[in-house]
Amino acid sequence: MLNEIILAGFGGQGILFAGKILAYGGLMDNKEISWLPSYGPEMRGGTANCSVCISDDPIGSPLVLEPNYLIVMNTPSFDKFIDSVQPGGKVFVDSTMIDKKSDRDDIECFYIPASQLAEENEMSGMANIILLGKFIKETDIISIDTLHKAFEKAIPPKKSHLIDVNMKAIQLGQQV
Amino acid sequence: MAVVFEKPHALCDVNLHYCPGCTHGVIHRLVCEVIDEMGIEGNTVGICPVGCSVMAYDYFNCDMIEAAHGRAPATATGVKRARPDLMVFTYQGDGDLAAIGTAETVHAATRGENIVVIFINNTTYGMTGGQMAPTTLPGQVTQTTPYGRDPKIQGYPIRVCEMLSTLSGTALAQRVAVDSVPHINEAKKAIRKAFENERDEKGFSIVEVLSTCPTNWGLSPVEALERLRTDMIPYYPLGVFKDCDAKNPKEEK
Amino acid sequence: MERNLMKGNEALAEAAMRAGCKCFFGYPITPQTEISAYLAKKMQANGGVFLQAESEIAAINMVLGASATGTRCMTSSSSPGISLKSEGISYIAGSDLPCVIINVERGGPGLGGIQPSQSDYWQATKALGHGDFQLLVFAPASVQEMVDMVVKAFDKADEYRMPAMILADGLLGQMMEPVTFPEINANQKPKPWACDGTKMQRKHNIINSLYLQPDTLESSNISRYERYKKIKENETDAEIYLCDDAEIVVTAFGATARVAKSAVNTAREQGIKAGLFRPKTLWPFPVKEINEACKSAKNVLSVEMSMGQMIDDVKLALECRIPVSFFGRTGGVIPKPSEILNEIKKLGGAD
Repeated sequence: MLNEIILAGFGGQGILFAGKILAYGGLMDNKEISWLPSYGPEMRGGTANCSVCISDDPIGSPLVLEPNYLIVMNTPSFDKFIDSVQPGGKVFVDSTMIDKKSDRDDIECFYIPASQLAEENEMSGMANIILLGKFIKETDIISIDTLHKAFEKAIPPKKSHLIDVNMKAIQLGQQV
Repeated sequence: MAVVFEKPHALCDVNLHYCPGCTHGVIHRLVCEVIDEMGIEGNTVGICPVGCSVMAYDYFNCDMIEAAHGRAPATATGVKRARPDLMVFTYQGDGDLAAIGTAETVHAATRGENIVVIFINNTTYGMTGGQMAPTTLPGQVTQTTPYGRDPKIQGYPIRVCEMLSTLSGTALAQRVAVDSVPHINEAKKAIRKAFENERDEKGFSIVEVLSTCPTNWGLSPVEALERLRTDMIPYYPLGVFKDCDAKNPKEEK
Repeated sequence: MERNLMKGNEALAEAAMRAGCKCFFGYPITPQTEISAYLAKKMQANGGVFLQAESEIAAINMVLGASATGTRCMTSSSSPGISLKSEGISYIAGSDLPCVIINVERGGPGLGGIQPSQSDYWQATKALGHGDFQLLVFAPASVQEMVDMVVKAFDKADEYRMPAMILADGLLGQMMEPVTFPEINANQKPKPWACDGTKMQRKHNIINSLYLQPDTLESSNISRYERYKKIKENETDAEIYLCDDAEIVVTAFGATARVAKSAVNTAREQGIKAGLFRPKTLWPFPVKEINEACKSAKNVLSVEMSMGQMIDDVKLALECRIPVSFFGRTGGVIPKPSEILNEIKKLGGAD
């Protein structure tokens, strides 16, 4: 089973980090994985996105063009990617940042006020992780245990106190 | 029988290809005498340029590398960074060092690379038949300035030692000449000082040697030496432009 | 062995250090910057040298100097920077010096773009500078191969005393994949030719590419080409995938081969007898292997991120016995599996 995920938003929202956590999750589960960032001038303050593939088989192109999952945190990225989602795909929208809704009826969209929830729960800058929490709840790609291991692997030892904070944000996202 | 004069060991026992009256031979000998006196031949790597001294790798008994045109300071940097225990010198002409290799020269100096640069300034491209060099004097006739170098058209010559003396990584910038015995003695002292700086890890050392090119100047060897004195030294004054421990800048003299 | 998740550029840099690379000289350019950044952080602690040069030209000539002392060394750049290095690469080849050169390709010509491309195939395999010479050219298609091939590149460069290139692209450099680092035997053979000081115990060594006598230069080139002949016999490498009964063989290298493989798999699911030939060495080109892969082929399709460069070698290797067509995207556009599948179908696979 090949899962193709795009995460997209502004630079600084933690898009690439959230994608890395998913990739580390796949690594912990001994899956085949790839993570590919957009690079170049658009990284610096403009839009940022990354492609993540998680699969049981070797991965062909790491560039995701038609994702079955989209995690999206700003309006330009919503406009850019919403039509490329495969029928039957799932979309996770930060509705604090995006006031649009998709009119497609062949995909499932979850509108989570992730940035607002982050503010309210003193988790500033962790809207990306809250969305990840919702993502793992609505998909069965990665378990919560695996995700915990992914944080442990991805976060350097001297910042290990951040693991608990991230897990709290995940739980918050799961509860939405 | 007492030996009163002999070839330095560091100088290979071969015929040099230089033209009659050319001062490259004198400068080769000075470098080799210094290498002998410091006992560093077995630990030295020389870098040749592109230009008249392109085949100098056949004349120095230490290990030798032939660099691309102008790139000797970069190649020397590679040698020195890989093997800081080796003594490294480049031997470069004016076109090589001050035209095509300006960037490499300036940056090796400003990094304070512990290398010695022997810079031969004869105001012309000798090997290719006497074209305008970056050091060609105003008014000087060359193959590519047939009406004389006109600063309005070709710009001005570069005074390399003065320029490099402004850089913090430079330990020694000294201009010498080889037109007379006192000057030759002075030149050897400067070359020795440069190698000592390298040994003592003081930074980048350049010795600019005013040199002659009788063939391309169209002068006899004696007339060429006379031109060096009357035309070159007034434009390129001899002397020490910088002498310090570039790695400990407070000691700058 | 532990699987790590690393960017291609960083994994390559780590592997280079493990392979005994002691000096890195480079100049910043997208999309290879992570190689420099990684080595800037790690090289010194590893007993090595990282130096940012004033230009690509200086960097490659620093490589020449370091290599001349017998030290394993490397430089890395992307397409426009490799053009600047071409002078130095020619000198290194002419001086019979080993080194490793990384090209994380981007689109060209000129300043081009910064997105992935394979349009330096000709430059890498035919003309990376003036004069009669070749480089060993390795084409990784995964982060793991970035690691494995850089290790091999150092060994083969030393063995044959010539520069070796890793021809990657922005996609491979930027992507993260699981990677394991193999045990590396870093014992290097002595280099009696090196300029590391005579110690007054031997005749001086000369590292040089100048031969003013035509017959001397000719025999120097001939002896180099005798080495090249051995390399052509012994060092070709390729992946042959589903080619046993393949009527359509897709040829692609590097990141493009991954996309092509997806297309081949889909074609097989649809009953089309498609296979993939992926050269892992671009010079020497795997002539024997491609003929083996194409033994039942009626059509060959060369897919590249360029306007069509490797296709020349494919045709030459097959001696034009099988029709070879081309599909490519260029300028930084990555071909889609669906586009390649369409091309496969056009070649008669649809019936």
